[in-house]
Amino acid sequence: MQIRDFLRLTGTSILAHKLRSFLTMLGIAVGIAAVVLLTSIGEGIHKFVLAEFTQFGTTLVAINPGKTTTMGMSMGVFGTVRPLSIEDAEALKKLPFAKSVVGFVQGNAEIEGNNRSRRTTVYGTGHGFPVAFSMPVRSGRFLPPDDPVAPRAFAVLGSKVKSELFGNVNPLGKLIRIGGDRYRVIGVMESKGQVLGFDLDDTVYIPLARGLELFNREGLVEIDVMYYEGTNVDQVVTGIKRVLMARHGREDFTITTQQQMLDVLGSILDILTIAVGAIGGISLLVGGIGIITIMTISVNERTSEIGLMRALGARNSQILSLFLGEAVVLSAIGGIAGMILGIGIGQLLAVALPALPVHTPWTFVVLAESVAVFIGLAAGVIPAMHAASLDPVEALRAE
Amino acid sequence: MIKLEQIHRDFQVGDQVVHALDDINLEINQGEYLSVMGPSGSGKSTLLNLIGMLDHPTSGRYYLNGKDVTELDELEEAQTRNTNIGFVFQAFHLVPRLTAAENIELPLILAGISPEERKPKVENALELMHLTDRAHHKPEQLSGGQRQRVAIARATIMEPSVILADEPTGNLDQKSGHDVIKTLESLNQKDMTLIVVTHDQALGDRSHRAIRMVDGRIEQDIKNSGRHDTNQ
Ligand SMILES: Nc1ncnc2c1ncn2[C@@H]1O[C@H](COP(=O)(O)OP(=O)(O)OP(=O)(O)O)[C@@H](O)[C@H]1O
Ligand SMILES: [Mg+2]
Repeated sequence: MQIRDFLRLTGTSILAHKLRSFLTMLGIAVGIAAVVLLTSIGEGIHKFVLAEFTQFGTTLVAINPGKTTTMGMSMGVFGTVRPLSIEDAEALKKLPFAKSVVGFVQGNAEIEGNNRSRRTTVYGTGHGFPVAFSMPVRSGRFLPPDDPVAPRAFAVLGSKVKSELFGNVNPLGKLIRIGGDRYRVIGVMESKGQVLGFDLDDTVYIPLARGLELFNREGLVEIDVMYYEGTNVDQVVTGIKRVLMARHGREDFTITTQQQMLDVLGSILDILTIAVGAIGGISLLVGGIGIITIMTISVNERTSEIGLMRALGARNSQILSLFLGEAVVLSAIGGIAGMILGIGIGQLLAVALPALPVHTPWTFVVLAESVAVFIGLAAGVIPAMHAASLDPVEALRAE
Repeated sequence: MIKLEQIHRDFQVGDQVVHALDDINLEINQGEYLSVMGPSGSGKSTLLNLIGMLDHPTSGRYYLNGKDVTELDELEEAQTRNTNIGFVFQAFHLVPRLTAAENIELPLILAGISPEERKPKVENALELMHLTDRAHHKPEQLSGGQRQRVAIARATIMEPSVILADEPTGNLDQKSGHDVIKTLESLNQKDMTLIVVTHDQALGDRSHRAIRMVDGRIEQDIKNSGRHDTNQ
């Protein structure tokens, strides 16, 4: 049988029952639309989250105290871990590829100023912070490059803290109290908004050494090294390792590159996308059952026709492929309709809810259509095999 | 040429065995015109289905054009049915959603013949059956006689050596039935072997050779040469 004849025969039997065929296709269309739409939203969130993370730049390497093994267990539990110190950070600054090195401590503290008070996140950090994290200063200046162990008591306010404490009053030069100590406000940060639920504006920045003292900590929470663009990451990692090993005597720290963080995050978000896709897949399954039902009915109705085709010289395989073809055409057309539906609703959602990121990669479209065709095959195979295995004499007798 | 040797066809019904065909020995030459008569349940349809290779004997040998076809596999059987055998049924068995022309070209489609090659053949067949103006009608728009002529056109489009007709006039009035028989006889004159199962004695008398079946056996096999008048 030639392909065009095969398609024509399949087409006529689908068109012979227009409503029935339409409803069957609709079942698949709804399933594919659900999968495309949900995975598009999943993928949109994926892209959105990664963009949020990379806004800090991709040339960052984070160093944390303690060696994390591949099992995710901290070696610090067993051995002694030397904390990361301000001196460690200073030593790293001498590395040739280090554009900026920033140490961190972090905690919550009560801030008083302008006769108001507010509990907020306080970062102990250094001069390099705005460059490393692309967080510009709006007015005044950031913490100066003071003596790292004995810095002056300066503070820089996040835009929210500034407006909560000072309103429209210019805070520059004013004194505030943080945990009992007095600090002079020398700058206000540009508003950065929220990143994954953290309000980056509800913060106060003070010098690292003072932060350690304030939170009564022995070591830094993290040191971030921003390297010059174009430097090989492995080179950066070995360089940092060499410096810190020399200072600590062994590897009691963990280096995480931005790329590793993005990889981990990416795989978590991929699982999210697959999970929502699977939920949509349930409706696709229902659509597939619809095809099984209709094809079973179709084979029963056309039993005598099957007998006739055999009498005219049709092979078992031709009968099989005719019915299989019908199921595949039904689901393939349903799949295309579902894709248009899914992408269309996605676009509408994107317009109606700009906050909800929607993204449909072409690979999804191709994949969704392949899934539809596969469902047609899987759903059609049992009825079609039944049709092909009918005894021709019996089939001809059916009415 | 058709040759059946000690053909048995048994059906198991519950714990009872029905001998639908019981030791059939039959030789039919190319171009013969044979009628099969007999009471209901005597095995006429079973015999026809077996000759048409839609059914298989429980035991015995069947030679078609010198070849033992009881040995063929499914594919070869289908090909033999397609090219060597034409079926005409009492119930017409036209595909309802296809036009007359499309029904006629089904065997050609199954054989993988291209539309360009099919077209003249189908047109020719339609003309031969006086159906040219009905080519694009669906079966439901045709009379019984016209439907059966479409079925005959379909059965003969591959120019088979044998035409098997199981009560071809059973669903037709006298006039249409007569037309259909005349059509079949005209094909027989082109050297196609014609085997007609019928309950109509008048039809049986037209054939060159008449077989009478009872209880799965051939009771009578007579030649009635000369009695068939093509002009009638
Ligand atoms: N599939 C089957 N299962 C069981 N018995 C069958 C089957 N097919 C035919 N038979 C039996 O075989 C015998 C012959 O049947 P067949 O259909 O050949 O008769 P027939 O001569 O064509 O009768 P009619 O003139 O009524 O068409 C009958 O007794 C019938 O009951
Ligand atoms: Mg019968």
